[in-house]
Amino acid sequence: MRYSGFRILKEALTGHKGWQPAWRDPDPQPHYDIVIVGGGGHGLATAYYLAKEFRQHRIAVIEKGWIGGGNVGRNTTIIRSNYMLDGNEPFYEFSLKLWEGLEQDFNYNAMVSQRGILNLIHSDAQRDAFIRRGNAMILNGADAELLSREDVRREYPFLDFDNARFPIKGGLAQRRGGTVRHDAVAWGYARGADSRGVDIIQNCEVTGFRIENGTCLGVETSRGFIGAGKVGVAVAGNSSRVMAMAGMRLPIESHVLQAFVSEGLKPVLPGVITFGAGHFYCSQSDKGGLVFGGDIDGYNSYAQRGNLPVIEDVAEGGMALFPGLGRVRLLRLWGGIMDMSMDGSPIIDRTHIDGLYFNGGWCYGGFKATPASGWCFAHLLATDQPHKTATAYRFDRFERGRMIDEKGMGAQPNLH
Amino acid sequence: MIINHPLLGPCDAQEFTYKGDARLIARPDGMSENAEAAFHDYLYLRDNPAGVHRELWFHEQGDRSWLVVTRNTVTHEITKVELARDVARNMGRSA
Repeated sequence: MRYSGFRILKEALTGHKGWQPAWRDPDPQPHYDIVIVGGGGHGLATAYYLAKEFRQHRIAVIEKGWIGGGNVGRNTTIIRSNYMLDGNEPFYEFSLKLWEGLEQDFNYNAMVSQRGILNLIHSDAQRDAFIRRGNAMILNGADAELLSREDVRREYPFLDFDNARFPIKGGLAQRRGGTVRHDAVAWGYARGADSRGVDIIQNCEVTGFRIENGTCLGVETSRGFIGAGKVGVAVAGNSSRVMAMAGMRLPIESHVLQAFVSEGLKPVLPGVITFGAGHFYCSQSDKGGLVFGGDIDGYNSYAQRGNLPVIEDVAEGGMALFPGLGRVRLLRLWGGIMDMSMDGSPIIDRTHIDGLYFNGGWCYGGFKATPASGWCFAHLLATDQPHKTATAYRFDRFERGRMIDEKGMGAQPNLH
Repeated sequence: MIINHPLLGPCDAQEFTYKGDARLIARPDGMSENAEAAFHDYLYLRDNPAGVHRELWFHEQGDRSWLVVTRNTVTHEITKVELARDVARNMGRSA
């Protein structure tokens, strides 16, 4: 069933009795050509592009809970492609271009809103660094715009420009960045994949891999064995636990990242802003809540909840930038579990086991990458070759000395 | 989280800097045959368990001691705190 304005009108006149479930609830079959483990944004996008762009058949997505119940529903919904390094920027720009056409592509309203993202500058050295990054973005076909202090003041007059310690000196804007309704991304990909014959199997937990003579033959699940020609794992947050079942240790630690929503306010923030001197970023949802976040807590965690020191730190960052925030009440806060990789960049690669493929290590930047991650992982699964924008995301980059360390932090996950 | 320091008593985890899996105490021998592979695994690969995890916390804002904290990564419950020095000595790593 295609969604359209005409369809809504017709349903309105006939008592809304014609709507169908957006995807089926099939029982698992004994064997598929491709099994994707993980029904989050990346797994569903992978299945969607496998079916649509790479003409693959007999695909299943296996999810231990319900689809979209993990990090695709727990993030701060920001999309952008303001990276600098060669291994990253073409990939994230590919992702942003896919976001721009996504709703037409999968016929679902994901509320893609290119309201712009602004990284604030607080020192001359930071301006130099941001000019360099902006030029790298432009060289890779993205958009970047350097704003003066007065330009920023015109758009965001309520910021604390004369903060004694961190005065605002300007900003680097990416106008094509913005926000997306995150749940709708999972639902849109699920519906698009399902309508192309992909079986989405929920409440089905993978409990092991069947590996014989170095070849993966399928997955053991809570609903029995499911054979597969190829298995793709996209379970960021729990990657280490799942891949341990295949006997692998990963260059990943799981950390908790907290996010926050305020009570609903009238429109105040036109775009996404990020504090350049501390770690704080904020946008306003269409319901009016300010959605914001900051640093990870910094210790290994699978708890999906954090601790108070980081909440205080994020609030302090917010107040330093945006003093008007002090009167706003916090409505909700939650934690999500991040695959923090050793260099802060993801992995989309084959494993040493034939037929077993891996997608993970997204740190806290996985949401914006969803379309390109799905496309590139589908490309790898379908052709056994990496997509041209994802050639750097290899397992062996650590032993080869080819880390993609966007911030230059070194091999310590809690610093990325 | 409150870390019960063996010398100082209960301290706020905020005073500490997290330094990762306590297996990092067992630094490989740089002169051995397979040092390159051993250091790759040591530097980059982690067990990352959901559940009981032994990990290093550095008391940076306190007495600058290194601790081995046994903590559950699912509940954040801390069940054991030792001086990293004692743990390393028991492994035969220091005099």
